[in-house]
Amino acid sequence: MTLDIITPDESRYSGEATAVTVPGIDGSLGILERHAPLITALKKGQVKVTESSGKETTFDIEGGVAEVKDNKVIILAE
Amino acid sequence: MANLKEIRSRISSVNSTMQITSAMKMVSAAKLRRAQEAITRMRPYAEKLQEILQNVSGSPSVSENAYAQNREVSRLLIISVTSNRGLAGAFNNNVIKQVNNIIQDHPNTDIKVLSIGKKSFDVFKKTSHTPGVGYPEEPFHIYDNLTFDESSTIAQSVMDKFSEGKIDKVVIVYNSFKNAAVQILKEEQFLPIVPPSSDKDNIVQSDYIFEPNREEIVDELIPKSLKIQLYKAILDSHASEHGARMTAMHKATDNAGELVKDLKLTYNKARQASITNEILEIVAGAEALSEA
Repeated sequence: MTLDIITPDESRYSGEATAVTVPGIDGSLGILERHAPLITALKKGQVKVTESSGKETTFDIEGGVAEVKDNKVIILAE
Repeated sequence: MANLKEIRSRISSVNSTMQITSAMKMVSAAKLRRAQEAITRMRPYAEKLQEILQNVSGSPSVSENAYAQNREVSRLLIISVTSNRGLAGAFNNNVIKQVNNIIQDHPNTDIKVLSIGKKSFDVFKKTSHTPGVGYPEEPFHIYDNLTFDESSTIAQSVMDKFSEGKIDKVVIVYNSFKNAAVQILKEEQFLPIVPPSSDKDNIVQSDYIFEPNREEIVDELIPKSLKIQLYKAILDSHASEHGARMTAMHKATDNAGELVKDLKLTYNKARQASITNEILEIVAGAEALSEA
């Protein structure tokens, strides 16, 4: 799936990923390939991205919103 | 006719002014490019946020939100966005004039002006329209380091005042950026929020799972979209400022060039006149000698 992490000041990540873990307001939330359409609010925490190569990257966010639709994940972070 | 030395010194002074204005034009052009990049970087975020907000709106909670309360307007806050520096043509004056117009149009309203940018700040700091306690004291420092965080601090303080009921309406007056030569003065309602118009696109709405639920997401999104609205206004104004200064400096350089041309013509005429005079004197002298 494709993943975009964008903040108002810049685009933090843009590319392919196999798994994403986001800090949802009610607890951590894992998103895999072909997840159902979802909109969730995020709290302060870490976004963990597993790239196709197996490499893991983490991003610190202050909160935000994530949208999953048509195998595309967009995280609006702060 | 002015003497030669005077004209010469005027030419050199106009020339050095021309150098300064053309240098300022170059600097503004470079800064304009950077300001435009900032707008481009912010755009995907703003668009996506708007899209998600439209997807979740339609639920009644948008109009029930604390930031959507329509109250009778007895206290109005104007956020006036100008630049910190002048020499940008009518850029700042337009905003200040518009703010003054609003003040005159609402004679029985308690109006406060929150100035972002020193130019507007200096105009309103000695009037009864200073915002007072609870607002950022010197919000013009935002231009030292223009980031979303800085602007959202200002937005947050205004939003707090609104939800506490200290102000009833907030408008932003700023120059929106069209292109490097054209700025459009805009007056935009900030609070209470104008619900996103989502009539026709609403039908294609996907069947989303909402986590935790629609209402809470709306509550999360609305402050964000407000902060983005202010940030966008400031970024727009920032880009417009450099555009306006670029145009102003371009014109100044052109004018200086014309002035130099005129002065040079006068200088040459004066020079020629003095040479003619000299020749006349010599000829007259020679003639007087030969007659004797």
